[in-house]
Amino acid sequence: MTRNLVGWLQAAPLALVLLCFLAAPIAMIVSVSFWGATEYSIYPAFQFDNYEFLLGSEVTRRVFFATFRYAAITWALTLLIGFTVAYFLAFHIRSQTWQIALFLVCTIPFWTSNIIRMISWIPFLGRNGIANSALMDWGVIDAPLEWLLYSDFSVILAFVHLYTLFMVVPIFNTMMRIDKSLIEAAYDAGATGWQTLWHVIVPLTKPGIMIGTIFVVTLVMGDFITVRFMSGSQRANVGRLISNDIGLLQYPSAAATAVVLLCTVLIVIAILLRFVNIRKEL
Amino acid sequence: MESRPTSFYVLAAFFGLFVLFLYGPTITIGILSFQGPQGGLTFPMNGVSTYWFRDLFEQQAVGDIWGAFRRSLALGLLVMVTTVVVSVMAGLAFRKRFAGSGLLFYAAITSLVIPSILISLGVGLIFNQLGIPVHWATSGFGSQLTWTLPFGLLIMFAVFNRFDKSYEEAARDQGATAWQTLRFVVLPIIAPSLIGVALFGFTLSYDEFARTLLTSGSYNTLPLEVFGMTTNVTTPVIYALGTLTTAFSLLVIAAFLLSVWILGKRRARLGSDAGKGV
Repeated sequence: MTRNLVGWLQAAPLALVLLCFLAAPIAMIVSVSFWGATEYSIYPAFQFDNYEFLLGSEVTRRVFFATFRYAAITWALTLLIGFTVAYFLAFHIRSQTWQIALFLVCTIPFWTSNIIRMISWIPFLGRNGIANSALMDWGVIDAPLEWLLYSDFSVILAFVHLYTLFMVVPIFNTMMRIDKSLIEAAYDAGATGWQTLWHVIVPLTKPGIMIGTIFVVTLVMGDFITVRFMSGSQRANVGRLISNDIGLLQYPSAAATAVVLLCTVLIVIAILLRFVNIRKEL
Repeated sequence: MESRPTSFYVLAAFFGLFVLFLYGPTITIGILSFQGPQGGLTFPMNGVSTYWFRDLFEQQAVGDIWGAFRRSLALGLLVMVTTVVVSVMAGLAFRKRFAGSGLLFYAAITSLVIPSILISLGVGLIFNQLGIPVHWATSGFGSQLTWTLPFGLLIMFAVFNRFDKSYEEAARDQGATAWQTLRFVVLPIIAPSLIGVALFGFTLSYDEFARTLLTSGSYNTLPLEVFGMTTNVTTPVIYALGTLTTAFSLLVIAAFLLSVWILGKRRARLGSDAGKGV
């Protein structure tokens, strides 16, 4: 009994913050999603207008599809890159000092501003940017490529740039805990490098992959700023739908979209959590 | 030393490209922020000068950059201290496996993965409906904690999962009270990880955009100020600002890494008195 009491006392600040700034806001959003709105104000009500409009709209379907597409492509790319980088660090770098040093090199950009990192793509991808000038100098293309900036390409590039780290860290973390003798055993039993990778390392790395997946997928699905910025406001995802409604002060409509987004994200996470016990992996 | 397999060189090259990909753009804007007064947003460089940095210090027409910086700094420190204290307390609590700990854990995970804009929208709506004005130090502060505390908690889980309980038992056997055990045994051992938590708390807050968007009120934090500039500033002054804030972040990381290193040295020196006849 005292154990529970002391436990709760120690956990109280955390619980309080989560109650006030997580549970209450969600409750608020859910209730506002049933409210009504005029052009100038919002008023309490209990109506399904927002949802009817949202779910009946062709735009919603297209935007949700675009959101899933961004998430899927970004996931595949970050997984591929993240796994390779983590594999290199965990199995090919022999001294621990170097491992930590190179790992830090990967993590440092994560600590700086996302928006600055997005801006920094402009001189690269712009019409007169480095990529276009270089390609033209090499004679690969005659005219600047227009799709480099403000396109799906630049949006996904920015996502990969911002979020690959969220794959590298958990995968590296799980890989570091793989008993190296298992890999030697695989080699001794005659497995080739690929067989070891596919039948030993990948299965043992799965929890890290799952945690990385949860991060990347939820970050991409909830994003609104990268899509707006890197597409030059020409593409949309669910996050942008919400932020546009907020900009127009259409809070009930924004709240309804937010509820649908929240449910989608929670379903995705619930599915992913079936494959991994997070608490055991820490 | 045995020779390395071909795959090593292929992967090393891949890693090199990845690092270039991570740093390349930032380095580019670093270089471009030294454009001459006539220079534009892209290459070629039109002379080399510190004109845009001076511009940043002089004109305040685009907004209140230095005020925003001060607010972000204050908020970052506030979030940092709170994150460290609350995470340690919660980490200790979870070791006791108290009733309902599972629920709280999943709430923290939800807090971590919930789209930031939902927090921003929900907190904004609550303050709005209660008639309390949003302010970076109240609603902004709380919103940022929903992102930094779960990170801190996860680090504390990792720390306590690797914590050797026999140190505590030894302290208790020698008659230390619970508080003394915490103060003189547990905290010194986990100190380096706490620096990590602090680093997370500060930098996540300092760079946070989405969760502060609707909760910071009429006084912008720095990321909001930078975002405002992206929509209406078309000179390299924005690169100068980007370079400065990145440099500041790097400085903060360096300071944290240095303190971890110093703590490690100290521990190596003072950690054990075995065989010293003390």
